[in-house]
Amino acid sequence: MITLTHFLVVSACIFSIGLYTVLAKRNAIMILVGIELMINAAILNFVAFGRYDKINYSGQVFALFAIVLAAASVAVGLAIILNVYRHYKTINPDQITDLRD
Amino acid sequence: MEELVFYAFAILAVGSALLVVNLKNTARALFLFFVTLFAMAGLFIFALADFVAITQIMVYVGGVLILMLFAFMLSNKELLKALQHIPGRFLTMPNWQSLLLALGFFGVLLWGVVEWQQQTPDWIVQNIKQGNVIQPHDNNIQQLGLKFMTQYILPFEVISVFLLMVLIGAAHLSRKEEQK
Repeated sequence: MITLTHFLVVSACIFSIGLYTVLAKRNAIMILVGIELMINAAILNFVAFGRYDKINYSGQVFALFAIVLAAASVAVGLAIILNVYRHYKTINPDQITDLRD
Repeated sequence: MEELVFYAFAILAVGSALLVVNLKNTARALFLFFVTLFAMAGLFIFALADFVAITQIMVYVGGVLILMLFAFMLSNKELLKALQHIPGRFLTMPNWQSLLLALGFFGVLLWGVVEWQQQTPDWIVQNIKQGNVIQPHDNNIQQLGLKFMTQYILPFEVISVFLLMVLIGAAHLSRKEEQK
């Protein structure tokens, strides 16, 4: 029998890896990957808890909403990254220092 | 047997995520990210969320990763600058600091899980007692569809409008500026 604790520990691992990616990487695309990892860990928690709620199915429903939100954030984020790259010729967040020309 | 497969998926997810973080080559890291997402979908199935797992594979592998590969290839100059090391100024921190922060956060999460293990929330105990737990032989997808169209109709509509807004916004952001 797989208990809730198994899921929680795995998602804690994935979340911490995502946090490390966001903090340490110098590449905007990899930072987005880190954010996706963190969102995935959250979805795993939603699903693991939602197993114990058959009346509302709230866990799975909101896991699907979270997947939609993650996809939306990636779409807008990548559009912004491409624009920034066109302007600055780099996607290192440290070198993008001013808001206007 | 069930636990062995679960552990295999968990090790696959965590190991490939660690590799994603540590690879220098962004293209390889993105392709390895596929493996992480597939393993996460496998873990969703163990929580009896088959529809969420299929959606994960379709949305992430079919949409998000293709988008990421496109963005990576369109900003390909970064490939040559991988060796260039710039000291971080305000957003990115040195590796050891971020490692310390991530490990600390992991410690806090693990501590929470261990502390929480003794006391299960009341609603979980109650639902287990009343048998309101999702079983493997339940018709999950039909129930989900019913819930989406009845109880969760408002969030469903809100998220569809939101998705339309995102679509228009992304298309607007990534258009070519016309010359005046």
